[in-house]
Amino acid sequence: MTEKDLQAIFDKKIENEVKIEPKDWMPDDYRKNVLRQMAQHAHSEIVGMLPEGNWITRAPSLRRKVALLAKIQDEAGHGLYLYSAAETLGRTRERIVLDLLEGKAKYSSIFNYPALTWADIGAVGWLVDGAAIVNQIMLQKTSYGPYSRSMIRICKEESFHQRQGYEILLTLCRGTEEQKAMAQDALNRFWWPSLMMFGPSDKDSPHSAQSMAWKIKRMGNDELRQKFIDQTVPQAEFLGLIIPDPDLKWNEEKGQYDWGDIDWTEFNNVIKGNGPCNKERLAARQAAYDNGVWVREAATAYANKKSERRNKDAA
Amino acid sequence: MERKEWPLWEVFVRSKAGLSHKHAGSLHAPDEEMAISNARDVYTRRAEGVSIWVVESKHIHSTLETDSDSMFDPNEDKIYRHPTFYDIPDEVGHM
Repeated sequence: MTEKDLQAIFDKKIENEVKIEPKDWMPDDYRKNVLRQMAQHAHSEIVGMLPEGNWITRAPSLRRKVALLAKIQDEAGHGLYLYSAAETLGRTRERIVLDLLEGKAKYSSIFNYPALTWADIGAVGWLVDGAAIVNQIMLQKTSYGPYSRSMIRICKEESFHQRQGYEILLTLCRGTEEQKAMAQDALNRFWWPSLMMFGPSDKDSPHSAQSMAWKIKRMGNDELRQKFIDQTVPQAEFLGLIIPDPDLKWNEEKGQYDWGDIDWTEFNNVIKGNGPCNKERLAARQAAYDNGVWVREAATAYANKKSERRNKDAA
Repeated sequence: MERKEWPLWEVFVRSKAGLSHKHAGSLHAPDEEMAISNARDVYTRRAEGVSIWVVESKHIHSTLETDSDSMFDPNEDKIYRHPTFYDIPDEVGHM
């Protein structure tokens, strides 16, 4: 078959909503694009464990502590599902992990912000996981089979993350003045970075149009962001918190909220590595990698010894 | 023989007694014992299973995507393999 025939088969599958599987022929740019997105997504899950991990030993009760531990463990699992999915496109796990450590791969800019107070853990669950869920629900229908399957699994597990975050904030908002102020402060700091999680506006996004054509993404960044705002504003009102956007108001005619401008300079700055925690996050990942070397080697040595012994017994 | 990277394993989970094991995903592990232990943590955190199989991915053989037309085609023209091919009067009742 010529490349033109293969391309025609591929295009037909995309058109008919048939998933692309690892051994299927696919255009090089499709492979590159999906791989980049899955790896970036996997790195985000893993780096996302860091700001929350900081609060495990300081959680205010045992109930909060077991919930936070379970959430962080889920994120490790979600990272693994996504790394496995990415590997199906022919890049080794080792190489994908090294891409992050060598600064060749990105992760979500939101994790370069610190979790300064306990209320931040609530805001992260409510807003950051909330935004991630909006994105991931859309990605369940992505055209690449292994990516779609990992998204379905992740979405099933993720809703507890957002609920535990909202419950933390609800408790603080029903507490003392000081506790409510802490919740408001967390919302003030996390609102805009959460909106930035959806990426640049579609007209400025380098990958958007092609990703939509290939059905890797099923909705644009702007549409997803609007969906997140519309569902989150009433939740903030219920908490009695004020969203830090003076331009935010309900537009009766459009049936959605109007809202202010995102500071893209800040976004680009964080992406470039100059956010509050970029260096700290990468250093933590590098340390985990380095400190794990002896564990990986010991486990390999043990596996080799066991298999040699078994071979000797068989001989 | 020395191995550097941990091999890839495919994980199959039986969700409850009486059902088949179904592919859940994959992971890297140095040996079968660690593979099962990791599979338990990664794929059954919420009581998703009662039994786990792990198989090193290199031991799985499959049909080729490019062959699938000729491989699975014959089923289409052998309609006599299906119950609806046979005419049985309604009076006979359900069969």
